[in-house]
Amino acid sequence: MSTLKILVVDDEPGIRSGVGRILRGFRVDYPFMEEAYDFEVFEASTGEAGIEIIDNNRPDIVLLDNKLPGIQGVEVLEYVRKKNYNIIVVMITSYASLELAVKATSDGAYDFIPKPFTPQELRSSIENITKKVFLRTMANKLQVTGKQIRFQFLSVLSHELKAPLNAIDGYLKIAREHQLGDKIEEYDAILDRSLERIKGMRTLILDLLDLTKVESGKAKRDITQVDICQVVKTAIDTMQPYSIQRDVKVNLHCPGSLIMCADADELEIIFNNLISNAIKYNKDSGVVDCYIAEEEKNILITVQDTGIGMTEPEMGKLFQDFVRIKNEKTKNIAGSGLGLSIVKKLTENYGGVIKVSSVPDQGSTFVVTLPNAKPCT
Amino acid sequence: MRTTKTTILVVDDDMDYLFQVKLKLEQSGYRVVTADSQKEAETLLEKTKPDLAILDLMMENEDSGFILSYKIKKRYPDVPVIIATAVAAETGITFDINDENNRKWIKADQFLEKGIRSDLLISEIERLLSEKNV
Repeated sequence: MSTLKILVVDDEPGIRSGVGRILRGFRVDYPFMEEAYDFEVFEASTGEAGIEIIDNNRPDIVLLDNKLPGIQGVEVLEYVRKKNYNIIVVMITSYASLELAVKATSDGAYDFIPKPFTPQELRSSIENITKKVFLRTMANKLQVTGKQIRFQFLSVLSHELKAPLNAIDGYLKIAREHQLGDKIEEYDAILDRSLERIKGMRTLILDLLDLTKVESGKAKRDITQVDICQVVKTAIDTMQPYSIQRDVKVNLHCPGSLIMCADADELEIIFNNLISNAIKYNKDSGVVDCYIAEEEKNILITVQDTGIGMTEPEMGKLFQDFVRIKNEKTKNIAGSGLGLSIVKKLTENYGGVIKVSSVPDQGSTFVVTLPNAKPCT
Repeated sequence: MRTTKTTILVVDDDMDYLFQVKLKLEQSGYRVVTADSQKEAETLLEKTKPDLAILDLMMENEDSGFILSYKIKKRYPDVPVIIATAVAAETGITFDINDENNRKWIKADQFLEKGIRSDLLISEIERLLSEKNV
């Protein structure tokens, strides 16, 4: 049981004691709430006395009459708002001052209860407010959870950024102290490794920038009519030096042109990640097939490789931040562990889904389904 | 100096860290065997008994270091184990190895920061080895 504090500010003693009487023993309980709520009523006959109770007792709800002997109800409302108190204010007004009630509502009052009210009217209004208080509490809890996730992300990130720095630092010290002897060739391997780690770090930073765009940059999205076939072609071209180096053939199966409403940069990020993964985790002389198709109101993007594949448990972890599948087959493959998590977030921004199926040593297939909402909005 | 070479097992999935620690330890006169995964280390331990082991914490599993440490202690109770990790500092997770409760489940003898200076690492190794020989 949780108790909400209600403050009644009214100069009529009858209203104050009435509220106390009506809410005594009243409980609000819904199946979706973790616990039931009951109420403790505080009374004030003036706005000044009300503010004192607000400061000292921090009520959850204030029932506020406007016509008071000293300062007016709206001034109490303004005080609550200025102090940024998390208090739900409800105006109790007579029908005659409806205009005032409207103004108070636009000034931050949550609701108004017309005077005179029946016990049932008061209870149902309090019931609604309690639901709101409950939702607000839940929202706060979720926000805290969000912050924890953020903290975890940053811890792992700092770890991922520090690892290459430590490695490079170590190599530089070896070189500085001539630990491998006087022949300059002896240092080639550690210099290559240092360059490799710098490259990895750069990829990580670029991926992070993509991720930041996905998570925060919605305002900058540029949704236009995009020929998705053209975007895939560009992505494949960009990847060509890499596919040649790995001797992996990338085939495109696209119906000539296929228009969808999207941000071209975002689509490119999706394709770059899926295709580069399909090359990276492929076998030598392997094949990557990209299929683009329209099915009912969806665009279907399929990227299929003939690579090392994954087990069920590995697939389960695949789309999380910084998760890299670590096994014998992947240990010499570099990556930031962010690519697929970026693809998933982007896909979800479009209301789409991403699915993966895979057979170890035979290959993996990623299917992205994006709703094609025409016309562009 | 030493008559028979002391063998140290170093397990880490970062090949650069592995190379650098190996170099440092060899320069200090140790024989070094390496493994780059929990799995490889387990296979290696079936045939070889090192005099001391230095383990990374997070490899193919988040707790690979703990698991390996447990397995080493089970098989070779007298082999000192150092867990070298970079995780502790950033996550704020600190394990006090000298705490009674932690000793029960963490089977390692020492926790060290990965960026630790090599002379400190060597002196820590020397200390654990000499305690073992007492």
